[in-house]
Amino acid sequence: MAGPSLSEKIAIANAEAHRRLLSGDPVLVDVQLAREAIPTLPDRTILHAGPPIQWDRMCGPMRGAVAGAIVFEGWARNLADAEKLAASGDIRFEPNHHYNGVGPMTGMTTRNMAVLVVENRAFGNRAFCTVNEGMGNVMRFGGNDQEVVDRLKWMATVAAPALGAAVRHRKGIPLKSLIARGLSMGDEMHMRNAACSSLLVRELAADLAETAPKELPRILRFISGNEMFFLNVVMAMAKSITMAAHGIEHSTVVTTMARNGTDFGIRVSSTGDNWFTGPAQMARGLLFAGFTEADGNVDIGDSCITETVGLGGFAMAAAPAVVGFVGAGSLADAINYTKNMTEITVGPNPEWTLPTLSMMGVPTGIDILKVVSSGILPVINTAIANKLPGRGQIGAGVVSPPMICFEQALMKFGEMNGAL
Amino acid sequence: MSQQQETETDKLLTSEVRVVNVGLREFARDLSACKIQVVHVDWSPPAVTNPKVASLLAKLGG
Repeated sequence: MAGPSLSEKIAIANAEAHRRLLSGDPVLVDVQLAREAIPTLPDRTILHAGPPIQWDRMCGPMRGAVAGAIVFEGWARNLADAEKLAASGDIRFEPNHHYNGVGPMTGMTTRNMAVLVVENRAFGNRAFCTVNEGMGNVMRFGGNDQEVVDRLKWMATVAAPALGAAVRHRKGIPLKSLIARGLSMGDEMHMRNAACSSLLVRELAADLAETAPKELPRILRFISGNEMFFLNVVMAMAKSITMAAHGIEHSTVVTTMARNGTDFGIRVSSTGDNWFTGPAQMARGLLFAGFTEADGNVDIGDSCITETVGLGGFAMAAAPAVVGFVGAGSLADAINYTKNMTEITVGPNPEWTLPTLSMMGVPTGIDILKVVSSGILPVINTAIANKLPGRGQIGAGVVSPPMICFEQALMKFGEMNGAL
Repeated sequence: MSQQQETETDKLLTSEVRVVNVGLREFARDLSACKIQVVHVDWSPPAVTNPKVASLLAKLGG
């Protein structure tokens, strides 16, 4: 009797990928220095957002952030020397994703930066994301002056040990139920994290008071003053979930989407560590007063790992408030964005439901076959960075990957499975 | 043309409407709701322009 056809194998593998995406049990277990959390992270190495890229092709914000990270680590005394060092080839650049990490916007991670540690207890893997710095002049937008470096040092030496102690004191914070509550409170977890950031402070406050009473006021002000604090938590969570769905033979489910400010890259469950890349696009949306599209950088950051697990643009129906902010229209448009994503995903997530869609689960598990055959691209909610380093955010919008990423991935899949 | 002569177009407007709907299913549903006889053809313009990708998609049932 003939065995299952390739189409049947794909269906079985994608059902398994979907099952793994849904059955993850992500728990925030610690906040540590990157060199403690990721012992394999080498010295004089900078992890960045998106697919692999070297200095000569990096955009302005990425170059600014790299120079700042070099000064932060003490590898150069000033920014001018840092840029020379970055261009010399003596600094190694690698994607966060190669170390089970993620980072928003430029996504800088070096050994002495603080990272959030999320453990997927259902599968025993861990993922990492730097701690959100707040808004304005920050390294994720390419900021690199003394204010930025000093803040990162305070985060690494004061805030991270205190937060880590508080998280360990309460033996971790389960995140799946927190996300479910956030979705019902108007967060889509990419461009709106107001509810979940508040919920996290509520979870942590008492433990912080016990483990770090001296630093409590400043740490609470730091977290409470930043409605996007939870973004980095949800990113580490999403990475921990997608890791479990990677490496399933015959699966055409996307396990990574990321951008480095020049290229957009995806990786797919059954095609190993190959990146499939194309030019990153300019987001369409609302710009802050005084800016034009010419001021913006193309799409950047690992934060679309949120869409990869069904949040962000895929859950836009949960967050009417963000629809206007990203210039995506009305609530009806937000609902349509989410409904469209059901066309390119394996199925809903019944644990993360959307009140505006009669508690439909968020569409989960992007299938490259469905993307290519339908022509429908994943929708991503995103911040828009100034193309000049250190100038911060100039707006927010909606963006998609280029189709070429999915076509390349499909061709590789066909080649690996003798279907070409 | 004499007013008495009925053209094929005139017949279309005066006889019972029967529709073959190609593409958007919603149009067929609306006609059905109005008790108009309609056959829906599930079709969409091909999203894929690269012939190699199209050929692979056909093999994979996408």
